[in-house]
Amino acid sequence: MSTTTDPGTEGGFRLSQLIYDTRYRSTTFQVIAVAVLAYCLYQLYGNARQNFADADLNISWLFLWEPAGYDINQRPIEYNSQSTHLRASIVGAINTIIVAVLACISATVIGVFAGVARLSNNWIVSKMMSAYVEAFRNVPVLIWILIIFLAMSNAFPQPRAFRGETPDAEMLWGMFAFTNRGVYVPSFVNDGAMATIFWLVILASIVGVFAYRRYAKKLLYDTGRLLPTGWPSLAILIVPGLLAYFILGQPVGLENPELKGFNFQGGVHLRLSLIALWFALAIYTGAFIAENVRAGIQAISKGQTEAAASLGLRPGRIMNLVVLPQALRVIIPPLISQYLNITKNSSLAIAVGYMDITGTLGGITLNQTGRAIECVLLLMLFYLCVSLLISFFMNIYNNAMKLKER
Amino acid sequence: MKKSVILGALTVAGMAAGTAGAATLDDVKARGVLNCGVTTGVPGFAEPDADGVWQGFDVAVCRAVAAAVLNDPTAVEFVPTTGKTRFTALAAGEIDMLARNTTWTFSRDVDLKFEFTGVNYYDGQGFMVPADLGVASAADLDGATVCIQTGTTTELNLADFFRANGISYEPVPIETGSEAVQLFLAGSCDVYTTDRSALAAQRANFPTPDDYVVLPEVVSKEPLGPLVRHGDHEWGDVVRWTLNALITAEELGVTSANIEELSGGTNNPEINRLLGSEGTLGEMLGLDAEWAKRAIMAGGNYGEVFDGNIGEATNIGLARGLNAQWTDGGLLYSPPFR
Repeated sequence: MSTTTDPGTEGGFRLSQLIYDTRYRSTTFQVIAVAVLAYCLYQLYGNARQNFADADLNISWLFLWEPAGYDINQRPIEYNSQSTHLRASIVGAINTIIVAVLACISATVIGVFAGVARLSNNWIVSKMMSAYVEAFRNVPVLIWILIIFLAMSNAFPQPRAFRGETPDAEMLWGMFAFTNRGVYVPSFVNDGAMATIFWLVILASIVGVFAYRRYAKKLLYDTGRLLPTGWPSLAILIVPGLLAYFILGQPVGLENPELKGFNFQGGVHLRLSLIALWFALAIYTGAFIAENVRAGIQAISKGQTEAAASLGLRPGRIMNLVVLPQALRVIIPPLISQYLNITKNSSLAIAVGYMDITGTLGGITLNQTGRAIECVLLLMLFYLCVSLLISFFMNIYNNAMKLKER
Repeated sequence: MKKSVILGALTVAGMAAGTAGAATLDDVKARGVLNCGVTTGVPGFAEPDADGVWQGFDVAVCRAVAAAVLNDPTAVEFVPTTGKTRFTALAAGEIDMLARNTTWTFSRDVDLKFEFTGVNYYDGQGFMVPADLGVASAADLDGATVCIQTGTTTELNLADFFRANGISYEPVPIETGSEAVQLFLAGSCDVYTTDRSALAAQRANFPTPDDYVVLPEVVSKEPLGPLVRHGDHEWGDVVRWTLNALITAEELGVTSANIEELSGGTNNPEINRLLGSEGTLGEMLGLDAEWAKRAIMAGGNYGEVFDGNIGEATNIGLARGLNAQWTDGGLLYSPPFR
C-alpha cells in the first residue's frame, strides 16, 4: 500500500481515502456502525429462531382468540371469563390509559401548584414545597405505591364495619364510603333522552367557558379592555346546567352505594389498587413537574417581571399574563417526558394487582398460554404506540405555545 | 473477525441456554450442582429455615435427585420462582427441574412443552374465610371479594366455579402468596383461595389460626408434581424414578433407619433391585447401582418426608388423605421396579 497518498493531485480514488480523507471518513464509520448493528440483530434473530426450533416451539398469535378463562375486577368494557385473551388485553389497555390519564392530570395540577409555591416569598410555603419535592422525588415510585396501598388497606375500615345498629364506621354524607377495599362514590343514573340533552347542555357550557375566555383575551389584546373572567365563567358553567336540569324534569339522578352482602353495591367503586397507583404516580411525578415549572419560571428574566410591575400590573396578573406564557415554552418539552414516564410507570400496577395491560396480557395471559415472546412483543408495541401518540399531541401543543418567530 | 466472534458469543449468552435442551443429566454432573426451582416460600413445602437452609416437602424432592445424581443431597442451588417466572426459568434452562406446587395440566404438559414426572401431592383448590363471617359453604359467597395468587391455575378454577354456580365475585389478584395473606388478614378480602395444602400451611402461621376456617368445598383437582423440560427423556426418567423410589420405599417398608441393613440384601427381590444389590436398574438410568439408596437416605422415604414437613405432627397438620399409599386407600401407586 502506498504511503504517499495525496488525494488532490491524481484525481483517482484510493481505498485508503475512506479512512484518511476527512471527506469520506465520517461516512465510512457510519457505514461500519450500521453494518455491525445489522449483524448483531441478525445474530440475535437467527439465534432466537434456532432456539425456538430446537425447543420445538413456534410463534403463533392464535391464542389471542381463545377464551381467557379468568376474571378481571375493573371492567370498563363488557368482559367475562369466556371472552378472548384479545379482549382481556384490551380491557387491560383501557385500564392502563385510565390510570395514566388520571395521573397525568393530577400530576400536572400538583406540579404547577408546588412549582409556583416553591418560589413563594412566604418562607413556610416555600420550605414545605421543597420538602415535598425532595421527599417524593428521591423515593422510588414502587415504594410509594406500596405505602399508599398498605396504609389504606390497614387504615380504612372493612365494609362490614358499616353494618349494624351502631356501626363502627359511617358513610360520609350517606354518599361516600371509604373502605379498605376502595372508595365507593355515587354514580349518575340517566333517564332516557332527556338525560342525553342534559349532558349535551353541560358539554356546551364547558365549551362556552373556553370560548368566553378566549374572547376576553382577544378583546384584551386588541383593545386593552379587560373583561372579568372569574364569575362569568362560573355562571356559564353552572346556570345553563341548572336550568336544563329543572326544565327537563330532573332527568339525572344519583345512585348512592349501599352495603349489600359482603360489599357495597351500586355507585362507582374506585378500587384500592387504582387509588394507590393513581395517587403514587401523581405525587411522585408531580414532584418532577414542580421542578420543571420552577426552572421554567426562573428562566424568565427578572426584567420581565419588573417591567410588568412598572406598568402597574398586579402580581397575580404578572404571573398569568407575562411570566407563565413565556415559562410554558421551557416547561412543556420536559413535561412531555414526564407524561411518558407516568404511562410507562403505570406498568408497576402489578405490585398492587391493578389489572392494567401488564397484568392481563403480560401477566395472566402470558402465564396461562406460555406465549412469552408474543405477549412481550405486543406489550412493547402497545407502550410504544401510546408513548408516540402522547409525544405527537404534546408536540402539537408545544408548537402552538412556542415563540412565534417572524 | 474477532469482534464478530465475541458478538456471536454475546448473543448466544443473551438468549440464555435455550439450546441446553438435551443431556441435562450430563450438564448437572459436570456442574456438580442441581439447579432446582422452588417457591418463594410456602411453609412446609419450601422455605428457608432460621439458618437459611431450604426445608420442605418440595425441597426434599430436589435433595433426593441431587443425592441420586451427585451423591450429595446438599449440592442443590435453590432458585426461588414465582407463579409467573417458573415456566420461563425452566424453559430457558435456568433451572434443571421445577419442584414447586405445580399443577399437572394438559396444556402445560402439551402446549408449554414440559414433562411432568409424577405427582408428589394430590391437592385441590379450597377457600378460607374468617370464622365470624358465618359462611358455611362456598355457594354462599355471592358478591364476596376474593384474594387470589395470580399466575396460577387457581384463578381459572375460581372463574369456572363462580360461573358454574351463577354467583358473582370481585377478584383481587396478588403476585405472591404472602402478600395475599396480608391483605386477607387486614380484611381487604373476604375469602382467600388457593390449594388446600397451602391454605393449611399459611393458616398455621396466622397469629390466631382458629379465627379462620377452610370451607369444605374442593373445587378442582390439583395434582402437584415436579417437572422438567420436554424432549430430554433421560433426565425426565431420573427425576421420575427418583420420586417413584421414595414412594416405593415407603410401600416396601424401607426407611432411612433400616436402609443400611436392607441394602445388604434381603429376601424381597424388589427391595434388592431398588437398593441396587440386585439387577442393573441404576446403570439403565445412567447412574450407579446405589442411586435410589442415596435418594432415600437424603430425607427418608415418601412417608418420612411427608410426616417431617407437613404431616399431622407438624404445625401444618395435613392428613395423608389422598396422599396415602394405594395399599392404605390413597392414590400413591408407583410402577414396579423391575
